[in-house]
Amino acid sequence: MLELATADGRVPADDARKDSPLAVRGLTVSYGEKPAVFSVDMTVPKGSMTAIIGPNGAGKSTMLKAVLGIVKPLSGQVEVFGCPLADQRARIAYVPQRASVDWDFPTRVIDVVLMGLYREVGLLGRLRGAHVDRARSCLDRVGMAAFADRQIGQLSGGQQQRVFLARALAQDADLYLLDEPFAGVDAATEKAIIAVLKSLKSEGKTVVAVHHDLATVRDYFDHVFLINVRRIAEGPVDEAFTAETLQEAYGGRLASTQVDQLSAVLA
Amino acid sequence: MMGAEFVPLSLPPMLIGTFAAIACALPGNFLLLRRQALIGDAISHVVLPGIVAAFLLTGMVSTWPMMLGAMAAAVLAVLLIETIRRLGKIEPGAAMGVIFTSMFAGGVLLLEMTDTSAVHLDVQHALYGNLESLIWLDATGWSSLLDPDALRYLPAELPRMAITLVVVALFIAAIWRPLKISTFDEGFARTLGIPTGLIGMALVTVAAVAAVAAFDAVGSIIVIAMFICPPAAARMMTNRLERQIGWSVVFATISAVLGYVLAGYGPLWLGAQDAVSAAGMIATVSGLILGITALAGPCRTRSGAPEGA
Repeated sequence: MLELATADGRVPADDARKDSPLAVRGLTVSYGEKPAVFSVDMTVPKGSMTAIIGPNGAGKSTMLKAVLGIVKPLSGQVEVFGCPLADQRARIAYVPQRASVDWDFPTRVIDVVLMGLYREVGLLGRLRGAHVDRARSCLDRVGMAAFADRQIGQLSGGQQQRVFLARALAQDADLYLLDEPFAGVDAATEKAIIAVLKSLKSEGKTVVAVHHDLATVRDYFDHVFLINVRRIAEGPVDEAFTAETLQEAYGGRLASTQVDQLSAVLA
Repeated sequence: MMGAEFVPLSLPPMLIGTFAAIACALPGNFLLLRRQALIGDAISHVVLPGIVAAFLLTGMVSTWPMMLGAMAAAVLAVLLIETIRRLGKIEPGAAMGVIFTSMFAGGVLLLEMTDTSAVHLDVQHALYGNLESLIWLDATGWSSLLDPDALRYLPAELPRMAITLVVVALFIAAIWRPLKISTFDEGFARTLGIPTGLIGMALVTVAAVAAVAAFDAVGSIIVIAMFICPPAAARMMTNRLERQIGWSVVFATISAVLGYVLAGYGPLWLGAQDAVSAAGMIATVSGLILGITALAGPCRTRSGAPEGA
């Protein structure tokens, strides 16, 4: 098989890709004439916590959606645990952006979490007490057990985000993909979410999150993937999350306050 | 009320009206949540070219070819609307506007270009239906419901609407779970492997079938009203989709029965001579129910609304 070198000339070993919970090659996605994601390769290491980082409009969410089959890529291959996505759906959990749904939808918190059990319960299978108990324990893990019977529209933004995370926990997956899980949430929620994600990692699960807050990358993640339509850099935080790679990804778009923040972080 | 009068004259139209109202309200719940509720309005326009085409093909002014033509046009329209919505990535209202105006215009042209002297397109009938004429003259009282000879002469609309209602209800029950998940969170539904595009198409197709069947039996006013009013009123009664469906059935039934009774007897009670259109009254009652629930329903505040509004 012809081996294509990636942007920085490094070719991930075949073994690394086979082992990887999520390996992407040559992914190109376009909504109009200009590609949103162009010829991107990515290999997520097993058991890692990987942040997908890049400026607004860099294709972070698009890439996640293409990986999950929510948007159709123009080209490229996605392998999940070394197999095509369709065979591995049961091993993936997804947390979409909070703003992507209508929170006035007539349903309760517990019902949203139970949606995470769809693959298990099936089209016509009966929801049993055990299922509801599991959904409740997932809510408990994100500190939302007391809200199980509330209508979802009555929650704050942070609480809604935690409910989405609880639904992903109910999926009991090996690979967790999250789209901006910390966007617009309160400090307590951010703490609760990162605690859950770290406990997932300690259970050997793999976590990939689109992330926008450069200041917290080092505290929260061990791997980064920098993207600005094309792949900029990828690797352990210490190697790939540097002033040079950030400059390349963000170009002149980093505000001076962000640069100050970053130099403090990177120092 | 005496069975001898009620069974032949009032029972069939009441049942037909109720079945039609429920058959439209059931998919209406999902269409409302998907911001597609105006599809009933769109369908009532696009059936015109279907009816004209069916007449041109068969040369007959009879129910079945016309209904099949209407059905084909409605299904074609909803498929086009879904396709345009997805390919153009535009909101459903815009896609509907494009399709139903152009198909309606096409129907008008088709009608003009052909010899229309033989076709009597009854606007009155299309709008208000003819609920009052759906009587069962062979019935003599409640006992006729068990009399096979009398039952054979039930208005054809009654079994047709009943079957439509059963089909619609079974469809929603069968795909309840994926339908609910993909209505709430389409992206997440797709990661579960749910064919969300197919489910969306199936929903609008079933809605089109219900609309055309009801359109033929009771007119388009009821169709348009029942897709929107009972589900919208039901939404204000509860914060759970399962209960919303139940309330929408209750409101659709109340609208149909109360509307029929008020249309028939209301003017008499007020001292007038004639009855008013049952279809118009049924739609009006459903609108009044919506108004009452909007004012007094327990779950009418949207979280998106500003505080204190």
